Amino acid sequence: MTSMKSLLAAFLLALTSLFSLSASAVVEGYKYQFDSEEEVQRFNGLAEVLRCPKCQNQNLADSNAPVASDMREKVYELMLEGQSDDQIVDYLVARYGDFVHYKPPVRAETWLLWFGPLIAFLIGLLVLRQLRRKQTVEQAQPLTEAERAQLERMKSGADSSSN
Amino acid sequence: MKRFVLFVPLVGVLALVVLFFLTLDRENKDALPSPLIGQAFPAFDMVALESGAAVTAEDLKGQKLLVNVWATWCPTCKAEHAFLNKLADQQGIRIIGINYKDEDIKARQWLESFGNPYEVNVSDPDGKLGLELGVYGAPETFLVDANGVIRGKHIGDLNTEVWKKLQPQFEAMP
Repeated sequence: MTSMKSLLAAFLLALTSLFSLSASAVVEGYKYQFDSEEEVQRFNGLAEVLRCPKCQNQNLADSNAPVASDMREKVYELMLEGQSDDQIVDYLVARYGDFVHYKPPVRAETWLLWFGPLIAFLIGLLVLRQLRRKQTVEQAQPLTEAERAQLERMKSGADSSSN
Repeated sequence: MKRFVLFVPLVGVLALVVLFFLTLDRENKDALPSPLIGQAFPAFDMVALESGAAVTAEDLKGQKLLVNVWATWCPTCKAEHAFLNKLADQQGIRIIGINYKDEDIKARQWLESFGNPYEVNVSDPDGKLGLELGVYGAPETFLVDANGVIRGKHIGDLNTEVWKKLQPQFEAMP
């Protein structure tokens, strides 16, 4: 029993040492070799925030479009060249436009994209507030003398008719 | 005045309806604007599909032209090919091809069977030049002026209808 356990431990140790020798990211069946786990994380992170221009609702990590694999390859290449995340994103944005980044910069053309939802929300709040105010105004207003008298009349009228 | 507020949602919905209608009418819904417009054609040093001779960005300069990205695996490229032949033969428009992520042999066969409207074709089997150009599908066509500056881009096939819109821009280029 103990020998089994030690055997298993040795096996696991061998397995982990195998992985620590080289780290790799596997995306859509393509393997990208890196020196460290950090690099793998960086690569996966970039593939996550970069958008495939062909299949417009997928990122580079999810897409199996040929252009997405070319772009992943380029990201890998630029990473090995030692470029920073920003440099890599800029490289692709310079060729494919703001569209390739899931976080486009705030500019005149992207203003509505960034702040549209907030504006819609504020309009919604405003409408809600107006409606609420109208409701409370109606509730809070006491009946006038005439209205009270009319109410009484209607009540007694209803009473007499039911009797 | 308070009643006016009740109409805000209606106005909002109507605005959306108008917006959606306008986008419905837009052809090429997936076409992305290219950041390369107004910039020099990216430098490259590749080989010609036909001869294997070197082709560089310098070869584009001198006379305005269309740079057409195509491949034999692309059905829309087949659809536009006859029109490209017409542009080259009848209107004498200079077209340089980029054979994108394709096999040279297949591409040469294609040109033999369907005619060759291209002054020269750049062989780009790995899509390296395509990546520099922000190509994400085929066909794509760039309008390049005599100084080698990209002036416009069309995504999708070229045909009589599309050319009607592009021609004035092409004519206006130096």
